[in-house]
Amino acid sequence: MDTAFRNPAIGPLAALLLAVAVFTVTTDTFMSVDNVSLILQQSVVIGTLALGQTLIILTRGIDLANGAIMVLGALVVAQLATGAGVPQGIALLAGFAVCGGLGLLAGGAVSRLSLPPFIVTLGFLTVLQAASRLHTRETVLVEEGPLTFLAQGGYLFGQFQVTVGVALVLITVAVLHFALTRTSWGRHVYAVGNDAKAAMRCGINVNRVLLSVYLLAGLLYALAAWQAFGRSPATSPNAFPTANLDTITAVVIGGTSLFGGRGGVIGSYLGALIVLVLQSGLTQAGIDPLYQQIATGILVILAVALDQFTRRSTR
Amino acid sequence: MTPILQARGIVKRYGHVTAIDGADFDLEAGEVLAVVGDNGAGKSSLINVLSGAVLPDAGEVLLAGSPVHFKSPHDARLAGIETVYQDLAVAPAMDIASNLYLGREIRRPGWRGKVLRQLDIRAMRQRAQKQLDELGITTLQSITQSVENLSGGQRQSVAVARAAAFGSKVVIMDEPTAALGVRESAQVLELIGTIRDRGIPVVLISHNMPHVFQIADRIHIHRLGKRAAVVSPREHTMNDVVAIMTGATELAA
Repeated sequence: MDTAFRNPAIGPLAALLLAVAVFTVTTDTFMSVDNVSLILQQSVVIGTLALGQTLIILTRGIDLANGAIMVLGALVVAQLATGAGVPQGIALLAGFAVCGGLGLLAGGAVSRLSLPPFIVTLGFLTVLQAASRLHTRETVLVEEGPLTFLAQGGYLFGQFQVTVGVALVLITVAVLHFALTRTSWGRHVYAVGNDAKAAMRCGINVNRVLLSVYLLAGLLYALAAWQAFGRSPATSPNAFPTANLDTITAVVIGGTSLFGGRGGVIGSYLGALIVLVLQSGLTQAGIDPLYQQIATGILVILAVALDQFTRRSTR
Repeated sequence: MTPILQARGIVKRYGHVTAIDGADFDLEAGEVLAVVGDNGAGKSSLINVLSGAVLPDAGEVLLAGSPVHFKSPHDARLAGIETVYQDLAVAPAMDIASNLYLGREIRRPGWRGKVLRQLDIRAMRQRAQKQLDELGITTLQSITQSVENLSGGQRQSVAVARAAAFGSKVVIMDEPTAALGVRESAQVLELIGTIRDRGIPVVLISHNMPHVFQIADRIHIHRLGKRAAVVSPREHTMNDVVAIMTGATELAA
């Protein structure tokens, strides 16, 4: 099997299970239906953003603007739905258009103009953060409706609450995993990340692959905005200030290589879960939140070191 | 008989530099044609024109007698001209079968292929294995090995197998033995012979005179952006060829 996507989720899955096992043994409260269900619900926004980040990193890019794109999209949606009185469903579609359009714009700059993704998305981050604040400096509250639909849910096995949002993030992971590993488009994404020149010589339209990846990432950020409404009906221009770094953390812990062409979306979602499990478990164990941050940082460095090590050993 | 691939009066300039200065080229059916020339003689530029990587400023390319206008390597591939580049153009983290079918994957039959656009990974593996067997490539243990885990010679045979599998008219190879050891070079030369014996003419760009004399049927000598001569390795020596290459001897083209 290709090393590009050979069981890339085994390592993060083992790490996740290990963390869960440790906290189950060391704390009384970690392994409760409420806590596990809460962790899953907390994972939906960063988890969804991390999927878009994964696609971009697979093409040897990086996205510093994903949080900013999501927040601007969410503000547009919230303002249309509250101030302008547009039906929530239509407002949501407008959010997808805004985020998709911004993704396409970034993709165009990366592919057609051959600009480095780091610089393009750094520019986007700066501009969009300011644009969001110019747009509104207040927190906008949306009413219950299609926008908050993802907060709905039911109880499985007694007290275990599963929201529509949690189900949706799992479905999104599954669909993207299929597309990446079982379609030509997915193989072309990996090929571009492996060696763009080689991909081009194999007849792959590299610019089109890059455009499709940034567009899809933008749409995923809109989906993340919708997920965020499900978590909280309040939207502020200052929300999710570290989403870019949090998603890179999740992607790297999830085993996707920052050098492109290796990894997958399942690992990234597991990576997002690992960070949350660490935070939750260490909190339950009564450890200072700053140590949680230290633990996450060490995990990122370990994950990158592991990636380097495996890359070197296969040469 | 009409040559399979011809070029007439090709000109390519890069600013003030004339890389190709009215070059001609003829590849006959069923032959291995070596293209030799000093560094900067314009071999690569000529090959890039034939493989669609570079658009000529003037002149025409004919495939089986009809003019063709390649705007990209993709156009040339669609016309049945496959090129094995010096850097091989493989995706290192992907396996042998995936690399053979990179850019022309096979979809599953039925709705899963049409609606879900699902790949037929099993079919690609089976056909890739068959292709390697037909070419007598036995140095690759498993079709599902990643290319980055292969030796230089094995990677070369993956790239050659891909070209042989899809090059229905012409296979072009750019310095295929440059990075290889003696044993691996011998295997690649043998592969070139196998492709020719299957009826596909091969263009071999090489600096290695012993390899050229071992495998080529005719030798196209490039000098100063033009074809200086075409000679037979049976009637000329390596010294003759080097003399023409460097301009010490002149021979009617």
